[in-house]
Amino acid sequence: MALQDKYRELVDAATASGVTALQVREQDSILYIDGEAPSGDVKDKLWDIYGKIDPDFRAGDVVMNINVSAMAAGSRAKVTTEKSNLNIRKGPGTDQPIVGKAAHHELVTLVSKTNDQWWLIRTDDGEEGYAYAQYLTVEG
Amino acid sequence: MQKRLLSMFIIPMMIAFVSISFSSCKGVKDSDLQTSIETALKANPDLSSLAVTVKDGVATIAGECKDDALKAKCEELAKGIKGVKNVINNCTITPPPPAPAPVEIAVDDPLMKAVADATKDFPTVKAAVKDGVITLTGEIKKANLSKLMMVLNTLKPKKIENQLTIK
Repeated sequence: MALQDKYRELVDAATASGVTALQVREQDSILYIDGEAPSGDVKDKLWDIYGKIDPDFRAGDVVMNINVSAMAAGSRAKVTTEKSNLNIRKGPGTDQPIVGKAAHHELVTLVSKTNDQWWLIRTDDGEEGYAYAQYLTVEG
Repeated sequence: MQKRLLSMFIIPMMIAFVSISFSSCKGVKDSDLQTSIETALKANPDLSSLAVTVKDGVATIAGECKDDALKAKCEELAKGIKGVKNVINNCTITPPPPAPAPVEIAVDDPLMKAVADATKDFPTVKAAVKDGVITLTGEIKKANLSKLMMVLNTLKPKKIENQLTIK
């Protein structure tokens, strides 16, 4: 229960900001927080709070698996790489051959989700393949 | 002959008649009993959702009770209402909520592959995976730390040991 107290502000913020399917479980002295954030902003805000309670994420006592529910098949997403192009690959994995590229800040269509990390996407030029979800942001 | 008829037929009939008129005179209407029982149950928030029907002074209670004590309690309340002859207790006990599912931890092989994908863009970060624990060593820019952690946290690891030197 001590862990739940330590991270109470985080869990309370998740509840208050509309995180759905929220699950908070303590197992083997690690707090597992799972849920779907309504937007990328909410996810970022929760990570800010987490980083405030545990600076630089050194304690290793939380696994926070928060995804953004706005990422849905059919949505348009912006390529939010730092500045480079986003690789589009034949399959979901960085060991898969690159079949195309999406430019920084290009808009693409989310076709289907493979897992929390990989999405099948389609560019407006008709290129289709798998991209890393971290670099795709659905604009609300 | 007549005397025999009287004892065999008329006397039992008279007894029956008297007993019927006696009970109906003393008896309370079923609908009134039902109202009284409902009022008694409504007073207890744990019992307020139960349904009551009364027929010929016999009350039947149905619905879900949290535990045996509450099931016994509703029966006791109904029996305490004057005019209730018997109580048929059809309440069921609500099963306890299931324990939360254990946290799902990724197995090492796919986890290692997913960690390799996640760390690909951070060449100065080294990551090892053992028994679901991701151990990070090497260097990272402060600005990139939360980006990397956000992704690693979605891979269903057991734990993340962050031993990175933050630049």
